[in-house]
Amino acid sequence: MGFRNVAATLAAGVMLSGGAASAEELALVSGAVGKDISELRMQLDEYEKQSGNTVKIVEMPASTTDQFGQYRLWLSAGNEDVDVYRTDVIWAPQLAASFVDLKDAMKDEIPKHIPSIIESQTVDGKLVAFPMFTDAPALYYRKDLLEKYGKEPPKTWSDLTKTAEEIVKKEHEAGNTQLTGFVFQGAPYEGLTCDGLEWVASSGGGRIVSPEGDITINNDKAAAALDMAKGWIGTIAPEGVLSYKEEESRGVWQTGNAVFMRNWPYAFALSNGADSAVKGKFDVVPLPAGEGGNSAACLGGWNLAVSKYSKHKDAAIDLVKFLGSERAQKERAVNQSRLPTIPELYDDPDIAKAQPIVASWGKVVDNAVPRPSAPTKKQYNEVSKEFWTAVNETLAGRGTAADNLDKLEKRLRRLKRGGWE
Amino acid sequence: MANVQAGVPPTEKALQTEREGARPRSDLSRQRLRSAWMFLAPMILVLALVAGWPLVKTIWFSLTDASLSDIEAAKFVGLRNYWEYVDYGDGEGEYFGLLFDPQWWNAVWNTVYYSVISVTIETALGLVFALVLNAEFKGRAFVRAAVLIPWAIPTIVSAKMWAWMMNDRFGILNDMLMAIGVISSPVAWTADPDTAMWAVIIVDVWKTTPFMALLILAGLQMVPGDVYEAAKIDGIHPVKVFWKVTLPLIRPAILVAVIFRALDALRVFDLIYVLTPNNTQTKSMSVFAQENLFQFDKFAYGSAASTLLFLVIALITLFYIKVARLDLGGRGR
Repeated sequence: MGFRNVAATLAAGVMLSGGAASAEELALVSGAVGKDISELRMQLDEYEKQSGNTVKIVEMPASTTDQFGQYRLWLSAGNEDVDVYRTDVIWAPQLAASFVDLKDAMKDEIPKHIPSIIESQTVDGKLVAFPMFTDAPALYYRKDLLEKYGKEPPKTWSDLTKTAEEIVKKEHEAGNTQLTGFVFQGAPYEGLTCDGLEWVASSGGGRIVSPEGDITINNDKAAAALDMAKGWIGTIAPEGVLSYKEEESRGVWQTGNAVFMRNWPYAFALSNGADSAVKGKFDVVPLPAGEGGNSAACLGGWNLAVSKYSKHKDAAIDLVKFLGSERAQKERAVNQSRLPTIPELYDDPDIAKAQPIVASWGKVVDNAVPRPSAPTKKQYNEVSKEFWTAVNETLAGRGTAADNLDKLEKRLRRLKRGGWE
Repeated sequence: MANVQAGVPPTEKALQTEREGARPRSDLSRQRLRSAWMFLAPMILVLALVAGWPLVKTIWFSLTDASLSDIEAAKFVGLRNYWEYVDYGDGEGEYFGLLFDPQWWNAVWNTVYYSVISVTIETALGLVFALVLNAEFKGRAFVRAAVLIPWAIPTIVSAKMWAWMMNDRFGILNDMLMAIGVISSPVAWTADPDTAMWAVIIVDVWKTTPFMALLILAGLQMVPGDVYEAAKIDGIHPVKVFWKVTLPLIRPAILVAVIFRALDALRVFDLIYVLTPNNTQTKSMSVFAQENLFQFDKFAYGSAASTLLFLVIALITLFYIKVARLDLGGRGR
């Protein structure tokens, strides 16, 4: 840290009364997609001014799967260098033992947030992490292309398939050969568990493992949903989609090379950015439904947890409170189209003006489908890996959907043995 | 001091005694042996600390039910991580454990497949490179340095770089291959199960061929020039010279280079983790172990995988040394 920073910190500390007693140095670790880090930095600068503490960001890769491995390693080694972790909504049961209980510290804040999100971060009565923003994906579509060919935004997956096929075919004939129909997250990682769960759940095929812990994935509706997705590969979706995560799909979409994209709301603000080829040419709708099912959006979202090995726990909790506050969440919604976890903000006129997706997404969040991280407890990551592997192999044409789901059920049964633990 | 009096150079004599071993050792050789041990002791100590202790710890964890959430609470469970029969009580039962895990054997197969193919290609190409670099030509020093660039780039960086070059839509590889008409539509190199392993092998060959070339070049430079002159005077065809003179003389260098590479290849992790993450077709033993150790709540199972990984590599290495009759002791010249 340079002399100027120290001087500024000291000055701020002296000037502002009511902040922490003495300036502390905190470290916050966070993965990132899009502008997460630069926006976070802006908020942290403000926090530094307000509190007199300094906060360093430790930046991690975008894939939640990669982040988890590193965090688990640090936490099991009792790492004191990181005070605050940005955690995925699915991690709470697996990392509960390493984090501080925030229940008492946040008791005035908790009632402001969506109860089911607080619930998802509570393990055996302990509030493991405090919500920063929530996530529920959208179907992005090219308004200009759909209008050009007189199409409505699709309500079902088969609508989407037909519309994409037709538009791609006609556009290719017109010389736009780079255009592809649909991009999503097909790489074998946690993101594919979300995409796969949405296809299956929206077709009435259940949620892989039921809330009671029963393995329900091996059914005809789930197999039909995966067969449908298999049909997209190499037709309306490029074969490379099998290695795409969020940012790779956004890369294809934002350069104007896709008719549809499944992605989280963060892509809304970025797609409207000055450097975007699709600026003003797109809109969002909830994800399509399967045959005889309802639209299903996978519940995502990121939270902040305080390490129990931190040497600055009080300051860290203070920071978490700041980043989860109504003001910080509103700012994040306006600048990044990140969904707030405070219901009132969905009616906020400033947010509605800046990011219309947020204003219309309250209902989608309310009906979002959680991944089975609660019933499968500490084994969730492995359950998820088995699921994304089965889906990825089906999409890649290694075995039929029915066979792969049959195998998946057997593997999950082996994992479960007597019961999830 | 008896040796000196007898007029025999002490070193020779002492070595001889040591070699033959059966004869009682002289004072001097005992003294030499002692100082040899003294010089070796720090290294042995450091090795025991940084290699031996973690290995013993890993083997111990593989025999427990350790979990990363609370590693102190690990209890001994015997060989359950390797082999366990669970009786469901109704006459039916199932085997569990690493030895019955098809995903583990898939990882073993992937690793061996990758190692054999990549090391073979690297050796062949490395030999060609070395022969070229050994020849006299203008700008040789520059080319020798330039060839080393891929080896100097960290694996993570080259893997990421290749991942972009192999990208199905923006990648330069597809662009070039399509321009010259080898492929008609873009190939998703890292995503397609048929090409994923080859993508990994291509990057590895690109990266490590310079290393093989360097080691083989060192061997080539040890070959005395006069054998070639003699061959030339006798009018022997250059191809025959290569097979009958060059290759036998650099064989030890090649064998050592191969074992270095093979040990590296069998432990491969970073390249696969970055280029084709979580892909069943390319998952290596190390990736399998890492996944269980840190991603899943199965630290003990991952430790068992690490232990088997160590055993598999040890066995393959011993087998190789035996088959290649590699002279690591420096005895039979």
